[in-house]
Amino acid sequence: MSGLRDALTKGFGDAVLSFEGEGRDQAALVKPEAARDVLRALKDSGFNMLVDLTAVDFSRYGQDLPPGVTATNPAPEGSRFRLTYRLMKLGATEGLVLGRLAVHCWIVDDRGPASVKDLWPNADWLEREIWDMFGVKFSDRPGIKRLLLYEEFVGHPLRKDYPINKRQPLIGPKDERPRERLTGADLRPRIVP
Amino acid sequence: MTVTRESKTFMLNMGPQHPAMHGVIRLVLELEGEKVVDCDVQIGYLHRAFEKHAENEPWNNVIPWTDRLNYVSPLINNVGYCMAVEKLSGLQVPERGLYVRTIACEISRVTDHLTCLGASAMELGALSVFLYMIKAREWLYQLVDKLTGARITTSYTRVGGVKSDLPPGFEEELLKVFGQVRETLGEVDALLTKNRIFVDRMSGVGVLSQADALGYGITGPMLRSTGIPFDLRRAEPYLVYDRVDFEIPVGATGDNYDRYLVRMAEMEQSMRIVEQCFRQIPPGPHSLTERQMVDAGVMADLGKHGETGKIWGAQAETDPTLEGSGRGCRTAVAASAPRYNLPVKEEVYGSIEGLMRHFEIVMWGRGINPPAGETYVAVEGGNGELGFHIVSDGRDRPYRVRCRPPCFFNMSALRKLIVGGSVADIIPTFGSVNMIAGELDR
Repeated sequence: MSGLRDALTKGFGDAVLSFEGEGRDQAALVKPEAARDVLRALKDSGFNMLVDLTAVDFSRYGQDLPPGVTATNPAPEGSRFRLTYRLMKLGATEGLVLGRLAVHCWIVDDRGPASVKDLWPNADWLEREIWDMFGVKFSDRPGIKRLLLYEEFVGHPLRKDYPINKRQPLIGPKDERPRERLTGADLRPRIVP
Repeated sequence: MTVTRESKTFMLNMGPQHPAMHGVIRLVLELEGEKVVDCDVQIGYLHRAFEKHAENEPWNNVIPWTDRLNYVSPLINNVGYCMAVEKLSGLQVPERGLYVRTIACEISRVTDHLTCLGASAMELGALSVFLYMIKAREWLYQLVDKLTGARITTSYTRVGGVKSDLPPGFEEELLKVFGQVRETLGEVDALLTKNRIFVDRMSGVGVLSQADALGYGITGPMLRSTGIPFDLRRAEPYLVYDRVDFEIPVGATGDNYDRYLVRMAEMEQSMRIVEQCFRQIPPGPHSLTERQMVDAGVMADLGKHGETGKIWGAQAETDPTLEGSGRGCRTAVAASAPRYNLPVKEEVYGSIEGLMRHFEIVMWGRGINPPAGETYVAVEGGNGELGFHIVSDGRDRPYRVRCRPPCFFNMSALRKLIVGGSVADIIPTFGSVNMIAGELDR
């Protein structure tokens, strides 16, 4: 697959920052503003399946490690989240994997790249999940909805600064104010003493 | 006089709790009479924060969480997660362990397909088919119980291998059960495959094109029903799938009926794989010499009193759930990596080194420490490519575990499959998509 390495590193100039690994584990690192163009070109070159799209919050990476263990945080200055587009080239007639590639991109703050849901329709849900869990926005999807959690949920739970034992306020029907705790008065039908 | 007809649509809320929806999911339908004009699929009702929990628990404690992803084929989830950690740690599972894992995975695949087909047949009115299939599934679950100690929450694999070896007589029992399962499948085939009502409801409904299947990232039986013979067991063989002979059934049109046929055919292939595994598997410790057996409780007491000399050569007679995990068995099915494996009970009770190793692994803040790095491993789950993307920074717990649930992608295409059809067609389509809420919502 050295052809892919050359095509990416030479064809896109400095938009592709690095390319490493081989076989199933090959991965390219691209600039977020060029991510969509690179992904579109990869799709045109035969990567017909978006296997997965996920993010990692690197803000606590390598902190508070036990003695004797060291790990350097790969995040560049000012970046916290890294998106991973996992692509696959699937031969439709013979059913074989002709290539796998992970496209990583570091994003600044929470400003994600442009959406790819017109390239691969499953990116719609995947991007919604990333917004839901990490609070990463995709530049051309301003009104993006949460996927797994509900609209009234406060925060983004897979961020490392979201405590695992945090409680969310209980919510009532949409037209009522959120309540801290259910009481007998909230029960329907009401209990008449 | 002219008659003006006004076309009106109305909204109908289906789910999240609906008798015909096995699994909590909400479909907000826009209907024009019986016709589905638009649909909003809302998921997340079974979200249990698997990925968040995994970041806050030691590596080994994530294994039980994986049972709860796809709860009709938990063993495949166990294997997928452990393979990812092993790839990061560079561990090699011994031959027998690989075969045991393959057997476990294929039993799980059969139970997965049995559940899917049984439930979707029931929703079309074939209740007896459901009962037959659940009966067959129960026979297999009983054997899974024997193997792992639990029917569904198996937690069978360990980083580096599996918990315990196959119990004595497992092969004979499993092959006998396969005979019964085949008989059941024959009955179901006779009841359904040429049944006019069933075929009319399934055939030509929920048609998925190859282009859509690829665009939505659909894998597994649903992709194969469109005619693409993609199976990770063949495309990127793991465990021992490159040493066994099996066929990949494919459909032609990608409709519900094809998905039914593909799943029926796959169960037979899974059973064939298991039978071949039993022919190839290296002999296990049950065929080795008999050992001096001592009750585990007695052994612990002797150990506490310092009389370790009496128990050093003995094998602990343990609870049935720990059967097959004693000395001699463990080395056959799990890598000998002291930093990753719990020591066998005989060593824990019989030597201070064993006791220390045990606590090194179970103590909070110790445990196993795979090196810093990240990896992605995919296995063929019941619904398609089940992937685990794990990131480690070298501590005792994962930095991040991302599960790529196969039915998330199947479900993202559901809107496409049901829009344009009638309300009644939602039921067979939803059944053949095989949504497993535990895996979808994580």
